[in-house]
Amino acid sequence: MKEIGLEHILVVSAILFFIGVYGFMTRRNMITMLMSVELILNSVNLNFIAFNKYLYADKLDGIFFTLFIITIAAAEAAVAIAIIINLYRNYKSIDIEDADIMKY
Amino acid sequence: MSASVIIFYILSAIVLGSGILAVTNSKIFRAAVFLLFSLMGVAGLYFYLNNNFIAAVQMVVYVGGIVVLIIFSIFLTQASGSDMAKPNMGRAFFSALSVIIGLMFTLLFIGEQKFISTTNPSIEPEVKNIGRQMLSTTEHGFVLPFELVSMLLLAAMIGCIVIAIKRPITHLKEN
Repeated sequence: MKEIGLEHILVVSAILFFIGVYGFMTRRNMITMLMSVELILNSVNLNFIAFNKYLYADKLDGIFFTLFIITIAAAEAAVAIAIIINLYRNYKSIDIEDADIMKY
Repeated sequence: MSASVIIFYILSAIVLGSGILAVTNSKIFRAAVFLLFSLMGVAGLYFYLNNNFIAAVQMVVYVGGIVVLIIFSIFLTQASGSDMAKPNMGRAFFSALSVIIGLMFTLLFIGEQKFISTTNPSIEPEVKNIGRQMLSTTEHGFVLPFELVSMLLLAAMIGCIVIAIKRPITHLKEN
């Protein structure tokens, strides 16, 4: 069995990305859709770290991108949850089919 | 098969298995707990790749922050023991089909691509090097994005408070 290389990590993060995409397309509940988005962002971070380690070990750029993505993901999750709480207060539901006031 | 390879496969199994359960489980609280395990598995993969600082940040921000926030919002908005509605069969089938086709394309490209590693001397991803380069104002420093992202975080936090604050009843009646 050969050593773990870049391809192994890329395969894992590709599968994780598509798990997140599947969840995003099938779930109809806003909190679970947000959880799927977190999975997608994590797979992207894993890619950045793996490329930085295996291909560009003389730089640290992948690590900085990962740190900024984690920060922005935290801000995004906080804003999304504030919007979800506000929607729940108005509609008593966080199903995306119920929040259609801006649709027509 | 060396121990390192076995550890990698165990971590990948944790990440992918609990990721699948997090997007398919019909109880929302269990889905959140499986998301927690999946994110901890990703932190384990960062440890495996010798990026201790990123692994620590992942544990603190994701596992300690975002998942706890999600669990709190579940408790505030849902009857967390009850089942969610199942996705209808047609949507689940076509989602799974498109996801599998996309995954096959991606794996095909990964298999065909030749990755050429750099030959320059490597920098250890330790906290000292990361901090020095992040706060350096020279050519390869990241101090401007650092300040921008801190402003973004501040704006997001104030925005959250403004969006989620409960307005007094009298104010609503006036409108």
